[in-house]
Amino acid sequence: MRKILTAGLVAAVLVSAGGCTVERHWGGNTNSGGGGGKAKVGLVTKTDTNPYFVELRAAASAAAQANGADFSALAGQFDGDNDGQVRAIENLMQQGATTILITPSSSTGVLDAIDRARKAGVLVIALDTATEPAEAVDATFATDNFVAGQQQGAYVKAALGGTQPKLFMVDGTAGSTVDTQRHTGFLSGIGLADGAPEIKGSTPANGDQSTAQQGVENLLQRTTDINAVYTMNEPMGRGTYAALKARGLTGQIVMGSIDGGCEGVQNVRDGQYAATVMQFPKKMAEQGVLAAVEYAKSGKKPAGFNNTGSVVITDKPMPGVESQNTDWGLQNCWGEK
Amino acid sequence: MTSATATVESDRPTIGEFFLRAPAVGPALALVVAVLVFSFSTDTFLNLDNISLVVQQSLVIGTLALGQTLIILTAGIDLANAASMVLATLIMAKLLAGGVSGIFALLLGIVATVLVSGVVGSLVTKVKLPPFIVTLGALTMLTAAGRLFAGGEAVPVADGLLNWLGTRRYLFGGIEITYGMTLALIMYLVMWYALTRTAWGKHVYAVGNAPESARLSGIKVNRTVLSVYLVAGVIFGIAAWQALGRVPNADPNAYQLGNLDSITAVVLGGTSLFGGRGSVLGTMMGALIVAVLRSGLTQLGVDALYQDVATGALVIAAVAVDRLARRQR
Repeated sequence: MRKILTAGLVAAVLVSAGGCTVERHWGGNTNSGGGGGKAKVGLVTKTDTNPYFVELRAAASAAAQANGADFSALAGQFDGDNDGQVRAIENLMQQGATTILITPSSSTGVLDAIDRARKAGVLVIALDTATEPAEAVDATFATDNFVAGQQQGAYVKAALGGTQPKLFMVDGTAGSTVDTQRHTGFLSGIGLADGAPEIKGSTPANGDQSTAQQGVENLLQRTTDINAVYTMNEPMGRGTYAALKARGLTGQIVMGSIDGGCEGVQNVRDGQYAATVMQFPKKMAEQGVLAAVEYAKSGKKPAGFNNTGSVVITDKPMPGVESQNTDWGLQNCWGEK
Repeated sequence: MTSATATVESDRPTIGEFFLRAPAVGPALALVVAVLVFSFSTDTFLNLDNISLVVQQSLVIGTLALGQTLIILTAGIDLANAASMVLATLIMAKLLAGGVSGIFALLLGIVATVLVSGVVGSLVTKVKLPPFIVTLGALTMLTAAGRLFAGGEAVPVADGLLNWLGTRRYLFGGIEITYGMTLALIMYLVMWYALTRTAWGKHVYAVGNAPESARLSGIKVNRTVLSVYLVAGVIFGIAAWQALGRVPNADPNAYQLGNLDSITAVVLGGTSLFGGRGSVLGTMMGALIVAVLRSGLTQLGVDALYQDVATGALVIAAVAVDRLARRQR
């Protein structure tokens, strides 16, 4: 029995060690910023299965390689896995990372671990999602999600052309920072308050396509008299489109989304939704890695919130709303082209 | 199911019998092997800091798994333990934010998990519903309740008492110890004692082994099972306290896989899912094995998805070993 267990365990370790991975193993346990050292960059994403984070990871890995920095990427198991992210930070510290780039699952969930890393001399930069308070990290490179929501809201308002909005809102994970920022941003852009009678229904869909489809199918049981839909991200936009299409409602509705994934831009091109707001994960990753390299070289730290920008992508431009067409979108999108 | 606690008198027990009599030995060996493998294959695994971290990383699941062990020993299963724990963290956080003192917030959080487990236990014993179904329903309800209660918000928790288990102390100048580690160890030892050295413990094993025989020998089966759920409820409440020590933030989306992770630890610890056989010390090893694998494979640079593959394979291997051991008898 013992032999079986032992052999099994060793085999498991060996088999998994054979798996391909972009990570490298570092020795040592020292964190030293500055002093002309080599940057050891650790990236902690929310999950490692979402194409957005895959892109972020690939961009960071490429930037690290181009700049001669060591690179290691870890992730939580699901959106909201604070415990997994804390574990990742601890492991990176063990491996002697000089900089940790993190997309926090919750803006407050990993503050304690970040604090420990910073006290140990590690530069910590938030990518994509800011922490609360923002000063908990050295610097943030992210989309201003409130502005991105505002851009979607302004576009939908312009596209409705003065018609009173009758709106469905397809939200992400209730309570996640990004979700709240985009939601309030959208309402500010379209000029409505939360709970306004123009909002005919809302459904939290955790960023998931099939959940969004179900949610909107259910909302449509209540009323089909709508002319606008807010979606927090593109997978939910696709789910919403499927639900609207099944009821033959796509012609009468202006739908907006946020993300700027290549599939999403293609959706805009195909007319599934009118517009999406593109964000630039590649920029976040590159700027984060460059800051890490600079810190290892000179000890200089970046600071504050650095907006990596967001752009409305549509083939039906509206006066007063700055936008780019889907040709530009397909050139600058992230994920599988 | 034959009775597995009956000892077989023979001069030389087979290996299988040896494992049956000491269910924690196999997992302990596996743990030692894992630690050795990673100590030789990386140069960052075997140091006091890292070993301490691995133990800290196993505390929440380890505590959930302790309660899970009790329930599985009665041939039950709890799919809602992590959801109940998360709800308790939210209750504690919200009460604290509402100006209630830390100690009351903590106690009311534990009361909540005890209530949940009490209701589950009553449905299992009085209405005779299968634990799997009851806790499956409870899981869905509790997850929703947590999100409703928190308004979907994650609530930061800054309180001396509620974060106390995460407080780091240093022994002998360098070994990092948290109060959470100490508490977990005490809880495991207390439960080990209760299960192996008290009448209640013997009843728990008897009920899991053969409820009918237990009833005929005068054991109050329903009362024993209900008591197990209530004790587990207390443990899940303490797990919430552990969770706030580890991550001082109550998040309705956290620990979505905690229920399955706790079952994994129990199974790796050699406890039989059919009830009546197993040990809490085995579960402690099981929880540590998972944490050691995660930490070691991470430091080897193995992708997290391959780590999941390895953990899954190990679960199946553990049950296979258990089966083979039984067949030898």
